[in-house]
Amino acid sequence: MLPLASTTEFTLGAELGIALVCGLGFGFALERAGFGSARKLTAVFYFYDMAVVKVMFTAIVTAMVGLFALSAVGVLDLAELYVEPTNYAAQLGGGLLFGAGFIVGGYCPGTAMAALATGRKDGMVFALGMLGGVLAYAELTPGIDVWYKAHATPELTLPALTGIGMGWWALAFVAFLLFAAWGMGALERSFGHWRPQR
Amino acid sequence: MSTLAEHRTPDRATAAARLPKPFWNPYLAGFLLGLVLLGTYLVTGRGLGATAGFAGVATWLASLMAPAEMQTNVVHAKYWNDGAPLLNWTLFLLIGAIVGAALSGWQGNRFRWSVERGPRVSDGQRLALAFVGGFVAAWGAKIAKGCTSGQALTGGSLLNVGSLVFMLAVFAGAYGFAYFLRKEWL
Repeated sequence: MLPLASTTEFTLGAELGIALVCGLGFGFALERAGFGSARKLTAVFYFYDMAVVKVMFTAIVTAMVGLFALSAVGVLDLAELYVEPTNYAAQLGGGLLFGAGFIVGGYCPGTAMAALATGRKDGMVFALGMLGGVLAYAELTPGIDVWYKAHATPELTLPALTGIGMGWWALAFVAFLLFAAWGMGALERSFGHWRPQR
Repeated sequence: MSTLAEHRTPDRATAAARLPKPFWNPYLAGFLLGLVLLGTYLVTGRGLGATAGFAGVATWLASLMAPAEMQTNVVHAKYWNDGAPLLNWTLFLLIGAIVGAALSGWQGNRFRWSVERGPRVSDGQRLALAFVGGFVAAWGAKIAKGCTSGQALTGGSLLNVGSLVFMLAVFAGAYGFAYFLRKEWL
């Protein structure tokens, strides 16, 4: 029965080794997608290259369909997967700040790794800024952690909230991805003139 | 001056080999990223992440300057890991990601010592903005308990409501500022 971690006790060395291997695939996929480049990433906000949404959406739908299919055939126990508790205000406010930081800085935390690994100095500086931000949060606003916990709802997924099963949601997301793929192609054609010439 | 002559008549094969190879089709790259995420879930029961790795390093740095905080500060206490904050799962994931991205970039001839920016800002301005952006994004990720990896991808694939709200907020925040930052990128 999966996940493996629910039936196997990994040693610390094994856990960190698994992290390295998963990270290898993670970084490889991000760089292949072009996400080591801040200009490729921020292009999504000027509509002339929607690769960020295409890659993220496809990844989410792929994992979602896989998780659902494996649980439907009884190989995977969804209840054993970790779900971060939801705090609407935190996800909304933190998300807005994160989005602002994304377009100002040009990267998100994972893609900054792909950038610095391929020689982008701005990716290295972004990572330094992140370290400063994480340290500042811990030193100046640690109370947010306490507040978050006090106002969080555990295991709040769309199936739990609506009573509609995960399979239907997965189907809806696949359909939406196909529609969005067509829409994004149209957007890229309309805003192609915004693509910088150098 | 043989080097000058070489510059004048570059070997065509060498020049072609050094051109960056095109990126993968985004849907194919997304499919691969989805498989990595799925595999991580199946092994560990948790998905991907990134910000927690930075938190481990931050807690380690803080422990060098103010060791007493490791017990009194709730955030540092969470990442202290009984005195081994650097043996952090997500930090090892990030190290793996750097190696994976370096391999991919090397294979695709995409390694460049460079600064990513539009033609209308200087390298110095761009680097300053990169620092500010990283700082703000990290603060936001700490408040929201995750970033594009830990919330959007990982939580999104499990249809976690908070993750989906986060994802919409990220795009709202970025599109909201895009007009004012067009000089940095276009």
